[in-house]
Amino acid sequence: METRGQRFRHSLVTVWTLAVLVFLYLPTICITLASLTASRYFQFPINKWGLDWWQKTFSSIEIRQLLSTSITIALCVTAIAVTIAFFGALAFARYEWKGRSIYQKLILLPIFFPQSVLGLALLLWFNTLGFSLSWQTAVFAHLVWIIPVVTLVISIQVYSFDPALEEAAFDLGATRWQVLKEVTLPVLFPGLFSGALFAFLLSWGNFPLSLFTTGADTTVPEYLYAKMVAGYTPGVPVLGTVSTVGAAILLIGGYGAILAMRRAKAVE
Amino acid sequence: MRLSQGGKSAIPVVLFLIVGFAAPLLAVIWFSFMPPRSFSFGGAPTLENYATIFQGTNYISFLWSLSLAVTAVALLALVCYPVAYGLVRVFGKWAMLLTLLFTIPLFVSENIRLYGWVLFLIKNGVLLGTLKSMFGLQLESILFSLPAIILGMVYVYLPFMLFPMTLGISMVPNETRDAAFDLGASRWQVFKEVELPLSMPGVVIGFLLTFVLAIGAIAEAKVLGGQRVIPITHDIEIAFTYSQNWPLGAALSVLLMLVVGVLVLLALRRFDLDTFLGRR
Repeated sequence: METRGQRFRHSLVTVWTLAVLVFLYLPTICITLASLTASRYFQFPINKWGLDWWQKTFSSIEIRQLLSTSITIALCVTAIAVTIAFFGALAFARYEWKGRSIYQKLILLPIFFPQSVLGLALLLWFNTLGFSLSWQTAVFAHLVWIIPVVTLVISIQVYSFDPALEEAAFDLGATRWQVLKEVTLPVLFPGLFSGALFAFLLSWGNFPLSLFTTGADTTVPEYLYAKMVAGYTPGVPVLGTVSTVGAAILLIGGYGAILAMRRAKAVE
Repeated sequence: MRLSQGGKSAIPVVLFLIVGFAAPLLAVIWFSFMPPRSFSFGGAPTLENYATIFQGTNYISFLWSLSLAVTAVALLALVCYPVAYGLVRVFGKWAMLLTLLFTIPLFVSENIRLYGWVLFLIKNGVLLGTLKSMFGLQLESILFSLPAIILGMVYVYLPFMLFPMTLGISMVPNETRDAAFDLGASRWQVFKEVELPLSMPGVVIGFLLTFVLAIGAIAEAKVLGGQRVIPITHDIEIAFTYSQNWPLGAALSVLLMLVVGVLVLLALRRFDLDTFLGRR
């Protein structure tokens, strides 16, 4: 039922969507342009192009320190979040149990919570417990928000998991551990993988939680924020571009990997 | 008591959230009743902080935060609905790629993306620089103004409205739409009577998520607004940092938590997550 009115509406929707995409990527383009400027201050149209600031930024020891802090935090968050959220997702979507519907809603609360306030609450809490702030406390803070998100991401995969597979393995005499290793984990792997991707990237880009909980250690978003508020530094666009391109590569690569996995499974 | 399999699997998450979420919030609530400017939990409980807030000017920041969040949510709904509709009904096999493109910015720190807007909007920046060199136009920059803050919020929280909405619209069965058309309903009637009500769960989640994020926003007003408008989160941060008045900051946080908490609980109360996420 393809009428003229419908075709017109569909092209309107397409144009609008493309406009929104341009809107979404406009700032990224601006940042990339600014990072390729050779002069000290950003001016458009750019009169002197160059990679000088890229070189300066990457030879800076401070920047390397920042990158290593951010990556360390993100890796720790990923490992812990995926482990805990795996079981969390089983409870969320796999099993029928008494407290399930309350549990499902409780899990959402940290997501539906202003992050800056959560960061301050954690600051106060760490202070009460007598912990000094460092990248470790930031890992904990990120986890409070990221574990629920990853639980949801993995849950979506768990919903399509057929419990009969596990039962069949048990009937064939497999132990609890064997079932987990040979059946449950391989079947849920795409979900765990996207969960890990989410965990890493959300931790890597997080600002409001890091702001109050890293103490003397500084992450990339915190550094950028401090520099932005203080005025223009050409290192900011460079780091920003790196951050954006890195996220895009990870995401597109990860998405490609999931597609490849699905295809491999379909061939089997 | 023997726990069921599901109960056992829930233990790690629940324990973690008790230590990492519930306990800190209780600490904040308790702290809000401590005497002003104290740093320990030992003082005699008092309502002084709340009295200070209700007599002071903090309500202005509260109103700013609320109106900014409401404006951002309303604009987001208008911007995202056509896109979400397109992702479900129009784009077909391109929808996956487009979804991916909409996801990528989500993983870049919001600071960086807001900064991109600064470069775009600033005097001699991408927009005004182009206008000047190509058309000889000299315009005032909208940077550091209220519209810039709202633009930043709409921009940063767009995926949080778009994705729940897409899920919601994909829950509208094609047969129901077709049936409505066959019975002679106009395009507008189908939207109003069929599509909108049936996609409501997703739309509500999108509204809720973006509202909560927007009311807790802190970077937009600073980076794009140039402190022209002071949102409540800024007041809270000031209380915790410069003015070193933790109990006052805690009391402000409690009030903000109350607003958010009541809204979230009201909206989630009648919500079935299994149908929404698992489509069972």
